[in-house]
Amino acid sequence: MTKTVSLAALALALSAGSALAEAHAACAEGLTLEDGTLTIATGNPAYYPWVMDDTPESGEGFEAAVAYAIAAEMGFEAENVTWVRSSFDEAIQPGAKNFDFNLQQYSITPEREEIVDFSVPYYTAPMAVLLAPGVESEATMEALQGLKWGAVGSTTAVPMLTDVIQPEQDLLLYGDNADVNAAMGAGQIDAALFDLPTAMFLSAVMIEGSTVLGQFAAEGEGDQFGLLFEDGNELKACADAAIAALEESGELAAIEAEWLQSATGIPLIE
Amino acid sequence: MTEARTRGPLPRTRRQIYEDRLRRRSLLIAGGSTALVFGALFLLIPLAPGWEKVQRVFFNGEVFARTLPGLLEAFVLDVAIFAWSVPMIAVLGLLVALARDVSNPALYPLRIFATVFTDVFRGVPVVLTVYLIGFGIPGLGLPRPWNSPYIWGTVALVLTYSAYVAEIFRSGIESVHASQRAAAQSLGLRDKDVMRYVILPQAIRRVVPAQMNMLIALQKDVALLSFIGPVEIFRQAGVYKSLMANFTPYVGAALIFLAVTVPATRYADYLLAKQRRQRS
Repeated sequence: MTKTVSLAALALALSAGSALAEAHAACAEGLTLEDGTLTIATGNPAYYPWVMDDTPESGEGFEAAVAYAIAAEMGFEAENVTWVRSSFDEAIQPGAKNFDFNLQQYSITPEREEIVDFSVPYYTAPMAVLLAPGVESEATMEALQGLKWGAVGSTTAVPMLTDVIQPEQDLLLYGDNADVNAAMGAGQIDAALFDLPTAMFLSAVMIEGSTVLGQFAAEGEGDQFGLLFEDGNELKACADAAIAALEESGELAAIEAEWLQSATGIPLIE
Repeated sequence: MTEARTRGPLPRTRRQIYEDRLRRRSLLIAGGSTALVFGALFLLIPLAPGWEKVQRVFFNGEVFARTLPGLLEAFVLDVAIFAWSVPMIAVLGLLVALARDVSNPALYPLRIFATVFTDVFRGVPVVLTVYLIGFGIPGLGLPRPWNSPYIWGTVALVLTYSAYVAEIFRSGIESVHASQRAAAQSLGLRDKDVMRYVILPQAIRRVVPAQMNMLIALQKDVALLSFIGPVEIFRQAGVYKSLMANFTPYVGAALIFLAVTVPATRYADYLLAKQRRQRS
């Protein structure tokens, strides 16, 4: 896509073969950690379908592909993108960061925004209910309240559970997806709340016999994912423009269609 | 003498006056140096370029006030787990210590078992034990409520801590002089009664301060149960941390822990000092 856009620019302005790339590059110039290189952080490990096989360098997986598309919009060749790994805590701790931006399904919340900066969202994920193997339920609030719930403690699924679903039994919270998987295997929880792509991946690949019961309407309850910047990082404006351009050109939607399963067919929970 | 009594307190000797002056002087110096060090820290740290950000992320009054009630609520679970674990740890620890002390040749396997038990559970990191037992045993297919992480997390804590506690009990048992055992035997007491009436009462009393240290450590390690699901204070603080991108809830949790462990530590110190006085 970027190539076609550049080609169009070339055709339009003969003398400005690289004018477009330069215009983009100018917005990032001098703002990255290392001149001419864009350093992007992601999770350790990075999970499918966001990053395939835990190798973001391949550009495969939704977030890896989005990262390279944003980098290209900002004027960085793929070989000038370096990857580092970071935990959530490293991303919010005060002090110098080892990344220009960090993407690992960070939901944008007003509280977080007081400490760090987020780009405009590159994806909006509805929340979805993953049922443990052998558990049957209905996609109604009443049925959901009777389940034994689990979730990953660092996600926005927790306030969703405590404020919206309000289960009858106490909640169990875990450190990561693998632990939720283990708890399901041990029969300790009936259901867990994830963003839809993660829920679909877990049910299809990780937890045999588990099913995605339904999704919540993306509006309002949905999670908007944004790139995370250190508070006050001026590169944010450049990345915002890049994401807006990708959205306008339809490239963002194309990447989404390529890497994230279609969510049609997953019933809505009222 | 009577003359002195009618005249009121004895006049202070020159020695006493000198010592008083010395004491006042060292008090002044101690107070001055403490004030200087804390004053310097208080004035200098905020001058660091990143202080404002550190303050906002770690010592945020607003976040602290908002999260403290939730943290206290979650801390009740820590206290509960602690309270039901302690008696089990004490009993199992003592049993293991006794098993390591059996002299009956027929019971030698018991001795081996106790030795292996203490070696394994003291050697394996607590987190690993919590994971293995908390997810592993329920994974064998136990029905609810018997697969609860509360039950198996507690089991993991009890196993780990009784290994430590058993070793402390054993050191207490071994610290009772061999002549006591011999004397009791010569009085005609059976092995069982020697242990029960002569050795253990002395041994347990001697290791109480050391066991207090284990209690303090256990108070903190209860938080490890959060790895397998229970939302105790550490997990609750983590949830707040993630939602608000702020470490202040951890500071709040630490303060709550300190409010409990500091008095407990002082009490252990007091017991130790008392024991020293009694022995000397």
